[in-house]
Amino acid sequence: MKLVRGNEAVIYGALLAGCQSYYGYPITPASEIAHTAAYYFPQLGRTFLQAESELAAINMVYGASAAGERTMTASSGPGISLKSEGLSYLAGAELPAVVVNVMRAGPGLGNIGPEQSDYNQMVKGGGHGNYRLIVLAPYSAQEMCDMTILAFELADRYRTPVAVLADGVIGQMMEAVRFPKPCDTSPAKPWAVRGDAATRPNCLTSIYLDFDSLEAHNRRLIMKFAEIEAREQRWQGYMLDDAEVAIVAYGVTSREAKSVCESLRADGIKAGLFRPKTLWPFPKEGLCEIAERVPKIFVAELSMGMLIDDVRLALNDGRRLGFAANYGGKLIRGDALRNAVVEFVKGQQ
Amino acid sequence: MKQAEKSIQKPKSMYARFERKPGEDKTNTHYCPGCGHGIVHKLIAEALDTLDMAERTVFISPVGCSVFAYYYFDCGNIQVAHGRAPAVASGVTRANPGNFLISYQGDGDLAAIGTAEIIHAANRGEKMTVFFVNNSIYGMTGGQMAPTTLLGQKTTTTPFGREFMNEGNPIRIAEMIAILDAPVYVARASVHNIKAIMQARKSITKALQAQRDGKGFALVEILAPCPSGWKIDPQESAAWVEKNVLPVFPLGEFKDETVGREGISRARNAASDEQIISLLGLDTAPPHFALSNPKAASLRVLCAGFGGQGIMLLGQMLAHLGMRHGLEVSWLPSYGPEMRGGTANCSVVFSEEAVGSPIVEYPDLLVIMNGPSLDKFLPALVPGGVLVYNSSIIENAPRREDVQIVAVPASDLALQAGSERAANIVMFGVIVSVYGSFSEEAYSHLLAEFFTSEKILGINEKALRAGMEYARNI
Ligand code: SF4
Repeated sequence: MKLVRGNEAVIYGALLAGCQSYYGYPITPASEIAHTAAYYFPQLGRTFLQAESELAAINMVYGASAAGERTMTASSGPGISLKSEGLSYLAGAELPAVVVNVMRAGPGLGNIGPEQSDYNQMVKGGGHGNYRLIVLAPYSAQEMCDMTILAFELADRYRTPVAVLADGVIGQMMEAVRFPKPCDTSPAKPWAVRGDAATRPNCLTSIYLDFDSLEAHNRRLIMKFAEIEAREQRWQGYMLDDAEVAIVAYGVTSREAKSVCESLRADGIKAGLFRPKTLWPFPKEGLCEIAERVPKIFVAELSMGMLIDDVRLALNDGRRLGFAANYGGKLIRGDALRNAVVEFVKGQQ
Repeated sequence: MKQAEKSIQKPKSMYARFERKPGEDKTNTHYCPGCGHGIVHKLIAEALDTLDMAERTVFISPVGCSVFAYYYFDCGNIQVAHGRAPAVASGVTRANPGNFLISYQGDGDLAAIGTAEIIHAANRGEKMTVFFVNNSIYGMTGGQMAPTTLLGQKTTTTPFGREFMNEGNPIRIAEMIAILDAPVYVARASVHNIKAIMQARKSITKALQAQRDGKGFALVEILAPCPSGWKIDPQESAAWVEKNVLPVFPLGEFKDETVGREGISRARNAASDEQIISLLGLDTAPPHFALSNPKAASLRVLCAGFGGQGIMLLGQMLAHLGMRHGLEVSWLPSYGPEMRGGTANCSVVFSEEAVGSPIVEYPDLLVIMNGPSLDKFLPALVPGGVLVYNSSIIENAPRREDVQIVAVPASDLALQAGSERAANIVMFGVIVSVYGSFSEEAYSHLLAEFFTSEKILGINEKALRAGMEYARNI
């Protein structure tokens, strides 16, 4: 057990998972990921390279992945905007990679405070074309490590890029983390281009000039995404068994919501927390199951109504949802969240 | 030109049949009649044959007319986004340093959208050979202006001819790359006639040989005809190059250090699991202590002061202390502009259960090192809570009846201990004494871990004791 920052835990996880290279460009509040990588990767005979841009970084990742190794990059919203080109190509060429986004506040340069406004950027695309990004949402330093490891596994299993979507608080916060043993589960990658006799016939590309071939490629990708959607929905419930109201929240907001649930219960309001651990695939099944028992659903997010869209889509029952949000790098204050939930439960919101 | 092309036998490093090419015709390339790409492809493939490099070669196809170079080259093939080939090649060569990388790029790809990638890959001396095909136009997308388009040249986006006032002059990439330190070999060649082709073959071979011999980055810019883009007859393109292109883009070797240069190696040494565990410090568990009373078992702490007063460190030491006494803990800094000069604060939470919100809005314990922070945070201190403040700096005694207030002349005590900078450790000493929950042995462990210089450790040990004693005498 070790007390580390969330951002550091990402690199511990990556090293334990056998990540061989890190390519990145500095940006607050994600920079400690690069700092930690710069310190450890070379000492373990692995590659750390500060790229000339986010574009270059994601394309170095593309190359390293094509060469058959576990590789990653990390950034924050503005950098992820630049990396989105690469995400589309990675998905198109079916190359596994891990991309960490420690969200700051936007749009534009915004500020470096915590926000969750890259939800749509990560969950709904960002890059062009028909593709999906698996998006994992850690809420602790422990999960920054565990989900980075999981991200490498999922990326390899499905040959597709996987994002870890954290926020400034989860990245900056220090907590005790129980680290697993080294767990490099990299599978054989017969499709890789390794510059040897065995892989000489291989070709990795995302261009299919012939319309029928591109249609077939798209259909195959869509089937893969459907399989991921069926198999990889993850969530965690807290005090939901007897709940009259469930707060849906992820990342730092779910930490606040957890405390609010405890304080509401002390006052006789049976509140529980539904915490998506995957934002794509969204844990629809779990949420619908909970929503059958729990009459009131409340959504809290640090964005302008992005998570709530997915909650609505998942429930698809027209019910009125409670909602609290904040922006600008400011968290929802605990008492503000608490009051909003109370009002909603009393039918006043 | 066409005859010259035909007289060359298909090299072994090219596929015998172009199976990846859609359609019936699997023997001819997709390039227009008289296009320079076909010749350049053959020259590269022949050089790969001569140098016996194909098996270990990874060929990066760009965006442009040569986007389908992977139809032809019997190597490992990767097709990439517009302009990014040098970045992708960097990722490949770092992963497999024994590979030979070819980045094949056109003038839009390399000289416009990908200028950052090519310059930095060259500057790092990545082990790759770049073939930059300059035909002074965008072929694939319909004859638009390239950065290499000549002044006065008409394209679909310079219908009245390129003008210096609007588009600037044509860019000379080979000369630019040659001024960097790392590249080993930089040349400009042409394939517009037989004589030029012979010279181009030499340059291409030299550039690949530099890589085979482990010397590093090489770039050959190759002037190539694009009769379709230039809208001229293929027969006339050689004369067009002579007349219009060569005066702007002189041929020659701009840098050749293939003889003198030492080889480079970026070979990796794989670490064992044991090395990983030991480097990350996962083989040693932090010492564990028992809480002597439950007063601090559930505590929300806010520490605040000026940047530079060691507020963050104080908070981290508390978090470590809690963890070593079996508590769940979190430490959260204020980060960013606040830290640059202004005030700094951090939240520490101790809990017997998993910590919920790591943000301390209403602290049970408020540790304050400067006046502005006192004004800001004192109202939030919960009734019955504890305020510990640095009375050396804060002159006006804070007023609140419903909390316990501990005034500590922390800066003065620290100065007596040897340095005013140890005021945070004086505060630490006071806090641990006020609660009396933690093991004294744990403090000394922590100090020794945080302060590795003997002199500074000595000062801080004194500061800690001063703080503890001060608290005992309250
Ligand atoms: S457009 Fe120009 S560069 Fe492209 S294939 Fe035709 S001749 Fe060659």
